[in-house]
Amino acid sequence: MTVSEIRENAIEGVGGYLAELERFQPEGQPAWVQALRRVAAERFATLGFPSLRQEEWRLTNISPVAKGTFHRPESDPDALDPVQITPFDFEAAARLVFVDGRFSSRLSSAEGLPQGTVVTSLAEALLRMPEKVEPWLGQLAKLDHSFVALNTAFLRDGAFVWVPRDAVVGPVHLLFYSSSAEDGRATVSFPRNLIVTGESSQLSIVETYIGHGEYFNCPVTELAAGANSSVDHYKVQRESRDAYHLATFQLLGDRACAPSSHSISIGGSLVRNDVNAVLDGEGIDCILNGLYLADGRQLVDNHMRVEHAKPHCASHELYKGVLDGKARAVFNGLIHVHPGAQKTDAKQSNRNLLLSKDAIANSNPQLEIYADDVKCTHGSTVGQLDDDAIFYLRSRGIGAEAARSLLTYAFASDIVERIKVEPVRRDLEELLFARLPQGDVVRQAV
Amino acid sequence: MSDRENETAMLEIKNLHASVEGNEILRGIDLKIGSGEVHAIMGPNGSGKSTLARVLAGQEDYEVTDGQVLFDGKDLLEMDPEERAREGVFMAFQYPVEIPGVSNTYFLKAALNAVRKHRGLPEMDALEFLKLVREKMKLVQMEESLLNRPVNEGFSGGEKKRNEIFHMAVLEPRLCVLDETDSGLDIDALRVVADGVNVLRNKDRGFLVITHYQRLLNYIVPDYVHVLVDGRIVRSGGKELALELEEKGYSWLEGMAPERPVPVGA
Repeated sequence: MTVSEIRENAIEGVGGYLAELERFQPEGQPAWVQALRRVAAERFATLGFPSLRQEEWRLTNISPVAKGTFHRPESDPDALDPVQITPFDFEAAARLVFVDGRFSSRLSSAEGLPQGTVVTSLAEALLRMPEKVEPWLGQLAKLDHSFVALNTAFLRDGAFVWVPRDAVVGPVHLLFYSSSAEDGRATVSFPRNLIVTGESSQLSIVETYIGHGEYFNCPVTELAAGANSSVDHYKVQRESRDAYHLATFQLLGDRACAPSSHSISIGGSLVRNDVNAVLDGEGIDCILNGLYLADGRQLVDNHMRVEHAKPHCASHELYKGVLDGKARAVFNGLIHVHPGAQKTDAKQSNRNLLLSKDAIANSNPQLEIYADDVKCTHGSTVGQLDDDAIFYLRSRGIGAEAARSLLTYAFASDIVERIKVEPVRRDLEELLFARLPQGDVVRQAV
Repeated sequence: MSDRENETAMLEIKNLHASVEGNEILRGIDLKIGSGEVHAIMGPNGSGKSTLARVLAGQEDYEVTDGQVLFDGKDLLEMDPEERAREGVFMAFQYPVEIPGVSNTYFLKAALNAVRKHRGLPEMDALEFLKLVREKMKLVQMEESLLNRPVNEGFSGGEKKRNEIFHMAVLEPRLCVLDETDSGLDIDALRVVADGVNVLRNKDRGFLVITHYQRLLNYIVPDYVHVLVDGRIVRSGGKELALELEEKGYSWLEGMAPERPVPVGA
């Protein structure tokens, strides 16, 4: 197992992060980035960590992060044994590998991309092409969120993807590996990704999160989808079972773009995904889907916010969860329709399947509508497998356990089968088979 | 009928009592079905017809309080629903269940392979299976598009019932229980379903056809007809009994059911 080298200073609580920020001086950052980081640090000092008393966090206790002790890693990203990432790798147009949030050029490759396309590390882009980064970095994700502020204050590296007008690029694979130190001490890292697509371009991009041991991963991805561009974004979160993963995905859509984002959440003990989309041009067709599988004592919180700022936009959200053991899921979905955003077509749905009597799902869809000619629907369900369906399958010869697995698979594959990057989809199907009792029967049956 | 007494019946139901939520629905059913025979069970609403079918299929909502059911000499009531299916019992549902996300063909392949494994036969590969499916589809004039759709999802009433007979044709059970397969079908759909069943009739297979209406029995001509009233078989006869019932109505036989005992404490 590859483990991280760490700095000796322990980070604990808000004060610990602020003290570490004093010591955190990445070289060669443009002045505007330093200024952005300073503002973010001040925001974090004011905000602190969210508490259960805050509406947006009332069901998600983040004390393992707020009260835990972490260390900033100082490992050489190129030293990672490739064996660690091979099982998660697939043939992609470009692959960027990050170890504890730092870019590994040795493990990455981005050659033969269409003319003018940039797929590189953010640190590299800030050195070589700051003019491409400056209009967008930190402009999408809002600092009024503790973890966005914290990520921005510690901003150093991550992926930078820039797709020029009319180019067709993909799939781009961003692979993030994190781990605890050799002695088990927990690390913390802050990957920062920026994706910009030009007019009428097309991009497919996958973020994969994996790791070992206990660590706190706090990534932020900003995606600016250019006018008339198509973007398929996937986030596959398969962190270690001892990891804390608190991530923000922020999308800004320009006129007539068609962005989709699929968020798959499997690993981690404490997981929070903030998915925010601002539809800031007419005729945008936005899809936000998600699947979360949780068991044991995992907590998975998906907070969605879709803002319809302009008329004639559609947003479709479908989040499904399968919960076993004592797992808990939180879904909070807000659709906000601005004044004047007429002909909005917004649909939001959250479905939870509870496989055990101790699993809990809290679902809270919300609509805020300030326009009068819109079509907005939302719904949520929390339920068990259908007994009639189980009996029907059994009465045809399929065993009880296999019947339950088959129905569970069908529930989850509804999201998985929408993934257009084939190796990612196949991998997740395999993962479902492996997790389900009698997975072989299911594999043969589907 | 006296010859039959000496034969071993494929299905033998003895003094079967069953309740749901504490209400006794079946109050002592005795019935023998031999290989190759088609038995019809008729009866008014609430007489226990569907309960009998579901008890035979193993639905857990029903509690068997007394009696015995032997299938090829084995205790059927001891078996899980899937074991019964693998042993060769098939129930065509009165209300087939919609199963989103599970393709009709894939589901059937899993079911068939479970049955074959139980019988010590090798699993079928995709090609063999497809050939079998194509052949059986013709029996019930199933449209190919229904194969790849999720099981029963969005099927019309007639399509659902046809799909049940199609499953039956593929799984080749020994005992077929049809639970009101005719209800809600127009005459064309009824003919298709009945033709499918008739093709499957053979000397090794028994049928228990449960129906509310005599009409079905014009198309699936039974060897025996039993009338179920208030949880008991009150009259058995040949196919002409169905015609007599059609003429006289169920009220003719309703008086024949023994009085229900008054529950203690009522």
